[in-house]
Amino acid sequence: MTRQANRLGTDLVAGARIDRSKSIWFTFNGRRYEGHEGDTLASALVANDVQLVARSFKYHRPRGFFGAGAEDPCVMVQVGVGAETLPNLRATQVELYDGLVADSVNAWPSVNHDVGIVNDLMSRLLPAGFYYKTFMWPASWWTTYEHVIRNAAGMGVAPKQPDPDTYDHMHIHCDVLIVGGGPSGLAAALAAGRTGARVIIVDEQSEMGGSILASRLLVDDKPGAEWLASALAELGAMEEVRVMPRTTAFGHYDHNHMGLLERRTDHLGPGHDIARQRMWKVRAGQVIHAGGAIERSLVFAGNDRPGVMLASAAATYVNRWAARPGQKTVIFTNNDSAYGVAADLADAGISVQAIVDLRVEPGAAALEEASARNIEVLTASCVVETRGKRAVEGVTVMKLNDAGDGVVVGERRFDCGLVAVSGGWSPAVHLHCHAGGKVDYDEIQGCFVPGKTLEAARSVGAANGQLDLADCLTAGWQAGTNAAADTGFRKPGKVPKGPTATAVEVSPPRHVWIIPAKPGEENKVKRFVDLQNDVTDADVRLAAREGYRSVEHLKRYTTLGMGTDQGKTSNIPGLGILAAELEKSLPDVGTTTFRPPYTAITMGAIAGRYTGQMLEPVRRSPMHHWHENHGAAFEDVGQWKRPWYYPQDGEDMHAAVARECLAARNAIGILDATTLGKIDIQGPDASEFLNRIYTNAWSKLAVGRCRYGLMLSEDGMVMDDGVTSCISDNRYLMTTTSGNAASVMGWLEEWLQTEWPDLKVWCNSISEYWATLTISGPFARDLLAELCSDIDVSNDGLPFMSWREGTVAGAPARVFRISFTGEVSFEINVPASHGLGLWQALMTAGEKYGITPYGTEAMHVLRAEKGYIIVGQETDGTMTPYDLDMDWIVSKKKPDFIGKRSLGRADFLRDDRKQLVGLFTEDPLEVLPEGAQIVDDPNAPIPMPMIGHVTSSYLSANLGRSIALAVVKGGINRKGETVHLPLENGRTVRAEITGMVFYDPQGERLNG
Amino acid sequence: MLIIDCPYCGKRDEAEFHYGGEAHIVRPENPSELSDEAWAEYLFMRSNTKGRFLERWVHSEGCRRWFNMARNTANNEVEAVYLMGETPPKEVSK
Ligand SMILES: [Zn+2]
Repeated sequence: MTRQANRLGTDLVAGARIDRSKSIWFTFNGRRYEGHEGDTLASALVANDVQLVARSFKYHRPRGFFGAGAEDPCVMVQVGVGAETLPNLRATQVELYDGLVADSVNAWPSVNHDVGIVNDLMSRLLPAGFYYKTFMWPASWWTTYEHVIRNAAGMGVAPKQPDPDTYDHMHIHCDVLIVGGGPSGLAAALAAGRTGARVIIVDEQSEMGGSILASRLLVDDKPGAEWLASALAELGAMEEVRVMPRTTAFGHYDHNHMGLLERRTDHLGPGHDIARQRMWKVRAGQVIHAGGAIERSLVFAGNDRPGVMLASAAATYVNRWAARPGQKTVIFTNNDSAYGVAADLADAGISVQAIVDLRVEPGAAALEEASARNIEVLTASCVVETRGKRAVEGVTVMKLNDAGDGVVVGERRFDCGLVAVSGGWSPAVHLHCHAGGKVDYDEIQGCFVPGKTLEAARSVGAANGQLDLADCLTAGWQAGTNAAADTGFRKPGKVPKGPTATAVEVSPPRHVWIIPAKPGEENKVKRFVDLQNDVTDADVRLAAREGYRSVEHLKRYTTLGMGTDQGKTSNIPGLGILAAELEKSLPDVGTTTFRPPYTAITMGAIAGRYTGQMLEPVRRSPMHHWHENHGAAFEDVGQWKRPWYYPQDGEDMHAAVARECLAARNAIGILDATTLGKIDIQGPDASEFLNRIYTNAWSKLAVGRCRYGLMLSEDGMVMDDGVTSCISDNRYLMTTTSGNAASVMGWLEEWLQTEWPDLKVWCNSISEYWATLTISGPFARDLLAELCSDIDVSNDGLPFMSWREGTVAGAPARVFRISFTGEVSFEINVPASHGLGLWQALMTAGEKYGITPYGTEAMHVLRAEKGYIIVGQETDGTMTPYDLDMDWIVSKKKPDFIGKRSLGRADFLRDDRKQLVGLFTEDPLEVLPEGAQIVDDPNAPIPMPMIGHVTSSYLSANLGRSIALAVVKGGINRKGETVHLPLENGRTVRAEITGMVFYDPQGERLNG
Repeated sequence: MLIIDCPYCGKRDEAEFHYGGEAHIVRPENPSELSDEAWAEYLFMRSNTKGRFLERWVHSEGCRRWFNMARNTANNEVEAVYLMGETPPKEVSK
């Protein structure tokens, strides 16, 4: 095959934006091709005469290039290999680099031999809503259907390996942000930049210029390229102006928060060590939307054959990339803009067979361009069919009747490989709408134009419905001047003039939403509205007849506009057809909601640097490295890393936990409890505050004493628990569960600041200031006495639920006599920097007692043996203190505390509420899975009435059997009864309801 | 993403704040004297206003202080900020 057979020579296209001296080799669907620097994958394939490049989603029909940029609905490719591969890119937006490897995504096994084409042969059986109608039932089969559909629909493949690239998040403020680097955007940037305002101008393409890059019109009497170069040079010299090509403004959010995606190395290929992409989060004083307009197609028979292309795209391939999309062409249009395209194509040596115009009267200037090149113009005519096998080989043209709903007898046939279509232009209102902007319908242009905006923003140029270059330059200049002024920047002196061009008179377009087919063939032909999702005019009309009258419903039912192109070329024609079917006007049908992102953004850019170790901060106690060095297995508790258990000599988890639990009851166990939340509460009203926060009474807690408290939310449900100690007059130390430290702190602050500002109380989070070491077991007191000489640690000197200040192993310490194991237990708090030293001292001195470090798993077992709850494990936000059998902690005397009133609700007093109890399995070695459901009658028909579930379950080495805590309906009064637990594997386990305290029910061990 | 004018710190990104629901819901003085209905009204019922809404925010990743804000829920315009315990400024009181 000839290299670049369709590349036009410099004799035909002088100003193309490619470097013909630089050859680039790339691979597409396994074949190697040559392109030039400046090409996109699409332009290089066009230059190489590769026409069949994709398959459609539903029918797997052959697809060619339809657009030349973000609007292209058809050609999705997978680019790159291995970890760096990106799926579902638009070939029209992929810049070529040497060695690029790309494949079509929606074709299996290949674009030339696609097995899915059988869907096309069956398409009578695949009407609108097919997926809904067919795959709704039975629901249990949906996963199977989905799998098959997804394979057939064939999106690209996500890489399996971790992404080796880095992505940055950037934050920036500016005065004026301009979206779009075409003529209006550049004029605005020049105007705003000259005032000294901080300006950012972005464009999604590889270079600034927009339509100028593909146009032969003059600006300031100069060729567009020349003007562009001088404009960019001026902007580049401005200190406060940032020009950002390859940057997509993907979202416009509240208060002029804009999201930009800058692609930094994608056009260079892999192997660059700067961040591949940057996500910019911009706060702009003023935003100017100058993103241009998107050309629409016409809905005519056979309009999806490769070779049918938007007219502007054909001109762009020719003018910008010197790539010839066909040798013979027919132009099919409803407006004047395609006449310029005809001229461009003709001047590039492409044989323009005819311009087929729906209108009776094209514009005078347009007609002049055609006649100057001897191009035949067929007015009031339409293309009624395209011919060809895999690609267009010719078209048939007939006269359109006055109503536009039928044809007049007599046909003309043309041979052509390219049909350049223009159905008019739709402003890119997407970003304007993201931030709540409204749109107005422009009857003449047949499109939605930006209406009222909620933001400090304005739309200009083609994005505002102005299609003439001269208008765009003027409006852009004005917008730039005004936006800068609105942020306080004005250029002193005489107001300079902006760039100019010659205005062109145009005639209005004619809107015929469905182009008639040949007489008698109306029901045979396929006219596509959405080329990616294979939605035809018949689908839209069928949906309307079936009652899908809202455009949002229509969209979901037919999948119109739901592809990766988001219907950029298809929404308006679809609305036009729906409106006609419903006999409404198009604006009465309304438009769908535009949501960010404008085009897809990568997960890598969204994640930025927040991956791996940077995903979330890790919190470690001062003793962390000791635990590591002693082989601890760790568990994540919130952001904390906590020792889970300490396996020794090939122990598994169960063996290690059993050993640790036995040591804590027979010798000494030592636990790193640093993660406990600690809040220092001070102030003359501190005790009154605690009275209102906790369910029990706090007024009389003496200095040196500790009390367990339960916190409810105002709806009466248990929220947190912990021990609070009176440190001195008007000063308390509150402890919270490890996971709730921050939220409890926030809770206290909220009440103090919003409801009780009269209370003189101050809270301070001191969790990290202290290391907490807990020693527990029959020899704990002996060990502490050895290391602490200034506190009387005897039962009388330091009774249960009291604390003393002193020195332990030389470290200043607060020693709390509290217990979460039921054994004699001391929680020693020392300043964090002393934590490791004290831990080592306790380990050394405790060796003779058999001191054993234990982790969170043993801690859970030991407390469950005693029936102590863990908030968040036994509770789930629906448990009251009564449900937990903890009536004793709810004060009857206090007139009020948070949650008290809710506890009086009738529902809370029902005796069939789920209540916390213990469970003994019939087989003592049976360990129930946590979460197992409990039933009364295991033979009841499914779904069985469920009466509760297991909240905690362990094998207790101290008891030599399994234990479980569970919530059971009315369980407190059902002790001794048998319940059943049907397990996942089909077995049913019998268990007896018991009390919650399995070990030392009299609490004799607490005092040693 | 809103820009919120913390009365203590000035204008900051919404990401630094937490939302605290409708403002000026006062906790009843004597909850025990309320009927279940009246208590439920305090506890659960909030207005769902389109337009100007008085609400509470906390500058949780800044000064950690609570304040009131008048925001138009239809267009997200921040119309006023004022301190806890204050009544809404004249321009936003209905
Ligand atoms: Zn603040």
